[in-house]
Amino acid sequence: MRKIKELIIEKSLLSSALVTIAVTIGIILVLAIEAFLFFKEVSIFDFFTDTQWTPLFTEKHYGILPLLSGTLLTTFIAISVALPIGLSISIYLSEYAPRSFRKTIKPLLELLAAVPSVVYGFFALVVVTPYLQQFMPSLSGFNSLSAGIVMGIMIIPFVSSLSEDALFAVPKDLREASYGMGATRLQTAFKVVVPAASSGIIVSIILAISRAIGETMIVAIAAGQQPRLTLDPTVPVETITAYIVQVSLGDVQHGSLEYRTIFAAGITLFVFTFLLNTLSFRIRKKYREKYE
Amino acid sequence: MESLFILGTNGKKNYNNTMSEIMTEKTEDPKIETPIEEKYKLQTKDVNVFYGDFQAIKDVSMNIKPRSITAFIGPSGCGKSTFLRLFNRMNDYIEDFKMEGKIKIDDINIYKKKIQLEQLRKEVGMVFQKPNPFPKSIFENVAYGLKIQGIKDKKLIAQRVEKALVQADLWSEVKDNLNKSALTLSGGQQQRLCIARTLAVEPSIILMDEPTSALDPISTAKIEELIYHLKKDYTIIIVTHNMQQASRISDYTAFFYMGELIEFDKTKKIFTNPEKKRTENYITGRFG
Repeated sequence: MRKIKELIIEKSLLSSALVTIAVTIGIILVLAIEAFLFFKEVSIFDFFTDTQWTPLFTEKHYGILPLLSGTLLTTFIAISVALPIGLSISIYLSEYAPRSFRKTIKPLLELLAAVPSVVYGFFALVVVTPYLQQFMPSLSGFNSLSAGIVMGIMIIPFVSSLSEDALFAVPKDLREASYGMGATRLQTAFKVVVPAASSGIIVSIILAISRAIGETMIVAIAAGQQPRLTLDPTVPVETITAYIVQVSLGDVQHGSLEYRTIFAAGITLFVFTFLLNTLSFRIRKKYREKYE
Repeated sequence: MESLFILGTNGKKNYNNTMSEIMTEKTEDPKIETPIEEKYKLQTKDVNVFYGDFQAIKDVSMNIKPRSITAFIGPSGCGKSTFLRLFNRMNDYIEDFKMEGKIKIDDINIYKKKIQLEQLRKEVGMVFQKPNPFPKSIFENVAYGLKIQGIKDKKLIAQRVEKALVQADLWSEVKDNLNKSALTLSGGQQQRLCIARTLAVEPSIILMDEPTSALDPISTAKIEELIYHLKKDYTIIIVTHNMQQASRISDYTAFFYMGELIEFDKTKKIFTNPEKKRTENYITGRFG
């Protein structure tokens, strides 16, 4: 009797794992099939070289570059904000802050990531952009600058928390060895602890980039909806995610080529984040081997 | 603080000498021997250490002569490591650590407010229980202490690295692989690398906290021999669990029990004719 019970429990646990895998495979399959149908009508070459993205206009162009540039531009701005601040926080918390302070402040920081991103988007649109316009009159109401900055604030805890874990995991022995030779805290932090934790820090940065690339609400609200191949952070752009939102909410006919553009855009996004996550997984695995 | 720096056994004047000159000068100069011999290198007076409410060290006074090996023995938790770590103020990082009393090195109170920890630790090097090389190359490990002092002269750094590795009896094994990661070395080699790293900074005192407890007997023998030779130039204090080790290499032995210094005398005396019953019980293996 007990054996049967055990068996039932084991199988039900297994099936929940299988359901997750099945759903993931299903999503990838749908993405791949619809994208395949899209690429039957639009050549991959055009997709990656055309500099215009106008599938909803009469004169149709299917070049992903404007969407890609919008995504990379906002991501770049976000990382430029999150990286220095996040790393400084992590070094402070792991090397300088008293234990008790670290214990309180870390969960608080992680709260930053718990704020719904729609709130951040709103904040970027109605607070940050008007504020920046005081100094930069030419700044458009929708722009990648404030969207990027606010997105950077949102991903600070991704960088700081994971980097801090990596720094904190560096054996105490190494710090003592460094102090023991007359190194200051600052020298120890930057010459011993950060290099020893470098793979963990890189993983945290990659995950933050991956998060920024996939972020939707902030850019959809604050960066605009004008696919434009530009590096100018003051004008409206459109990211891949924002485009998917735009089309999904619109009245595009199911099964049409316009409809399939979101799968083409979606699979591009998927490939990007998948590669980044694989990379971080690889690095993390290598890093584990080094310490254990 | 300057005097602490100047009294180092091999001062900065040696920087431009060649390897062989430095080695012979250090081993054959009789002038260094006599004048400082009379003075104590390290003195502690009525030292008490507390961790919160727990008293780890009780009223310990002790004088240590220059260029000698002093062993601290005693059962686990007797305070010997805590006491050792007072000399380079390594306990300062423990949050509820408090210390009373005086500790003087070369007649300077190292717990004065004005003392710069970085200067003190250049003077008082430390080797730890587990070999703890940095995840850097062999060369970078030994050069680390010099680079953090701001020394940029590459030739000088290379010289000092070689000299330290020779002193630590590791040069012949690694001279062709200086750029290899230090983590590829064996445990015994890693520990000798850590000793070389400490020597490169040119301290005058070396603290060793059970430096061989993580090593096999052959590596241990090598390191003991090395420690014995280093005595010529350095004041060495070693914490050990291994009674044979204490009796083999040390000149003086201090027996700690429950935070108290029970007995401190010449090693020969401690191991053949100890004053206190408790010391005798410990060294004969009746407890501990």
